[in-house]
Amino acid sequence: MTGFLTLLARNRLALAGGIVLLLVGLLALVTPLLPLADPDVTNTSNRFRPIFSPDALLGTDHLGRDLLSRLMWGTRLSLAVGFAAAIVAATLGAAIGIIAGYYGGRTDNVIMRGVDMLMAFPYILLALAIVAALGPGLLNALIAVAAVNVPFFARNIRGITVGIAHKEFVDAARLAGLSNTRIILSEILPNVVPVIVIAMSTTIGWMILETAGLSFLGLGSQPPQADLGSMLGEARSALITNPHTSIVPGMMILIIVMAINLLGDGVRDALDPRLKSGALSRPMAATRVDRKAPVPAPTGAGLLDVQSLETQFHVKDRVYRAVGGVDLHVEKGECLGIIGESGSGKSVTALSVMGLVASPPGVVTGGAVYYDGEDLIGAPYRRLREMRGRNVAYIFQDPLATLHPLYRVGDQLIEAIRAHRPIGKAEGRAKAVDLLRAVRIPNAETRISDYPHEMSGGMRQRVGIAMALANDPDIIIADEPTTALDVTVQAQVLTILDDLRRSRGLAIVFITHDFGVVAQLCDRVAVMYAGRIVEEGRTAEILDAPRHPYTARLMACVPELGGGKRRLEAIAGLPPAVNKLPPGCAFAERCTRVQEDCRQGHIPLARAGGHGVRCLHPIDDSREAAQ
Amino acid sequence: MTQALKLTDLSKTFPVGRRLFGGPKGSVKAVHPLSLTVHQGETLGIVGESGCGKSTLARMLVGLLEPTTGQIEIEGAALDTADPAAFGKRIQYVFQDPISSLNPRKTIRQIMEAPLKRLHGMPAAERRARISEIFDSVNLREEFLDRYPHEFSGGQAQRIGIARALAAQARILILDEPVSALDVSVQAQVLNLLADLRRDFDLTYLFISHDLAVVEAVSDRIAVLYFGAVVEIGPAEEVFANPSHPYTRLLADSAPVVGRPLSAPEAEGTELPDPLNPPPGCAFAARCPRATERCRTETPRLSPVGPRTEAACFHPLSE
Repeated sequence: MTGFLTLLARNRLALAGGIVLLLVGLLALVTPLLPLADPDVTNTSNRFRPIFSPDALLGTDHLGRDLLSRLMWGTRLSLAVGFAAAIVAATLGAAIGIIAGYYGGRTDNVIMRGVDMLMAFPYILLALAIVAALGPGLLNALIAVAAVNVPFFARNIRGITVGIAHKEFVDAARLAGLSNTRIILSEILPNVVPVIVIAMSTTIGWMILETAGLSFLGLGSQPPQADLGSMLGEARSALITNPHTSIVPGMMILIIVMAINLLGDGVRDALDPRLKSGALSRPMAATRVDRKAPVPAPTGAGLLDVQSLETQFHVKDRVYRAVGGVDLHVEKGECLGIIGESGSGKSVTALSVMGLVASPPGVVTGGAVYYDGEDLIGAPYRRLREMRGRNVAYIFQDPLATLHPLYRVGDQLIEAIRAHRPIGKAEGRAKAVDLLRAVRIPNAETRISDYPHEMSGGMRQRVGIAMALANDPDIIIADEPTTALDVTVQAQVLTILDDLRRSRGLAIVFITHDFGVVAQLCDRVAVMYAGRIVEEGRTAEILDAPRHPYTARLMACVPELGGGKRRLEAIAGLPPAVNKLPPGCAFAERCTRVQEDCRQGHIPLARAGGHGVRCLHPIDDSREAAQ
Repeated sequence: MTQALKLTDLSKTFPVGRRLFGGPKGSVKAVHPLSLTVHQGETLGIVGESGCGKSTLARMLVGLLEPTTGQIEIEGAALDTADPAAFGKRIQYVFQDPISSLNPRKTIRQIMEAPLKRLHGMPAAERRARISEIFDSVNLREEFLDRYPHEFSGGQAQRIGIARALAAQARILILDEPVSALDVSVQAQVLNLLADLRRDFDLTYLFISHDLAVVEAVSDRIAVLYFGAVVEIGPAEEVFANPSHPYTRLLADSAPVVGRPLSAPEAEGTELPDPLNPPPGCAFAARCPRATERCRTETPRLSPVGPRTEAACFHPLSE
């Protein structure tokens, strides 16, 4: 709750709206206590007194009634009616929406078609019809405004409920023996309340306007009772001769509705989880760079040479060291595997190469990434854009999320080529077909005009690879490209990647958590833990004789096909949070070989030949590793 | 051995393409009539690729989906309603995604209390004692009870999910991809915990997964599903080591294994048959190197191919 209020207060406009609304609300509350003239006493000899008259601060209306007093009482009434209508509409609408969304099927159909019919009427006509049937009066106007707004809530809440009703925790509640009523009350309702609040905060202003509208037409509050709408309605005839009688209630309506809408938008933004996480604030086109230490010089190793790369996420006052000094290099035609668990920094390392880490909150705080001798960290955005896709291309885990659902795959491929060089329609199409053939998509000529949803997961990932190949890059960074695929399809996709790197001399950086995949595809492998490489070397060497205890333990806890039923060697505990890294070795807490010196100081990656290990007490004996 | 779970001709057909009036345009057989028995204390692994009907089967077994045909018998008594509460006491479900299976707005204690209160009508004091007992058995600290689900890591949340299933005191657990959302080091912790619980409480597991190595490591027997039907079932140590059905062999050969060179058993992109318009005969025939004319016209039934192995194939590999 305090978090919500601070978020809300950070939005200046919402804060201003909130303060104004609070003031208006307070004034409305204390109106009966204020020394005001009776709002309903007429004094025709005193009519149309101007603003700032000695006995009437805001003047008087056509019957000589004190406008200030009428304004205060009218605001009180309008606010009350508006809020009451909003609450009635929200309660009814939410109940209808939840029932329709939860039960689905025929119930949903009948209810929602009824709601659709209500929505098909112009709202003012519907409100007029309701008031005409019930007779004029403020209470009936309230009922009409509430009824007109029920469909809005019902549809909104139904949509949310449908999403929640299919969540696993609702199934779990059913299995725990909860009845439908209980599920609605205890599982669904608490999860839709924020949405109801958001919808209400953005519609109360609208409802006050509608009530005022009905009163303006003479269907709401009846004379002599004042509300903002009826005041405007009565002042209409004197609009030209005595404009202040209309301006006074008009300004009040404007102030109230503006304040409510500004506050409502603020409430919505503060409650929406996506906005809260900052996901909708637009990230910069390239990751922010803020290197304090001197930039390391290129070593000339490999086509891509990453040196002591550090990438952090700055969230409020916390600093997450996602990548804490990573050195990597990959040669032409070579496949480097990066293996690690979630949170080990493997994906952030990969994204940092081309400045694709979202900023804010990501910042590259140190190191360099040399592509053919050129430092990409801090390169101008123009240069990065030129190189993205043409020199270094990416393949991501979920092709359904990376392909645009509304464009045909062929058009997306041609677009990827056009981003780098102008190409004619026919030529583009021919090139796209070639690309699809290169990733072994059968019937490439017809498949080119498929939409992504018409393809299977394996086919989509082939399109993802084809897109990465579109501009003949030298390096492909593949971030768990087969994790979402079935084993039979995974085998096909891996062979395609392997063939491509051999035939085109591609350098591949392959990120995965699967030792089997690394063993089959990669020449070298780097094992990452808590943002650092803990072991690096030739794949066969590391898999045969891992030297870092983490590598050995990680390999032991993955079951391997053909081993039969057995107990696995689990690693106790969890990896450390990267905003609270311990001094010394990050794995010390979970390590069985830990000694006193492991918990202090920086532990370097000690290299012997091509094999590097970041451990003070590495496993020496290959027999020991086997145990 | 007593039978914990017996399925007879269980099947599920989904209607496709609703019309305004009249029946649906077509139907998809998600699960073909399927008969299985699981013995008390056994772990039956169910393995298959996406779209093979594993999840539909699992949801039918706990009453979240009503079967189109067939019967579910638990410990000899038939359960033919689709009321999850009736199922809940006898058979429970552990979800794939541990976080989303916990209501974000309830404390762990409220989540744990639900099955005790609603299924067993347990009074408050007894519930408290039972919950701490269960939490102890899944290695969770009691102080976690007053926290909310988002405060837990995936592995801890999955332990809570398992604890909730245990609270219902069902003796059969359906584990639907219980470790596929977890990291490998945590995966091993959870698998070992499941093995301990099975031993301590004499539980029966149906372990559903797409990961062949995990299924092999935890199961006594394995059933391989393809296109909604069991194509092979046998002892865990034999199914992948010595497959009888060509599809099982394809799976086993496709799995990446350290020390085996990279090869794609199927070079071209092959896809599952169209479920709206299934082919006659064996569903695997189009991908099968051993397929003959008979396979394309006649559907093979599950029949013994070894002492303890059954396969639905006219030309099993062990011949």
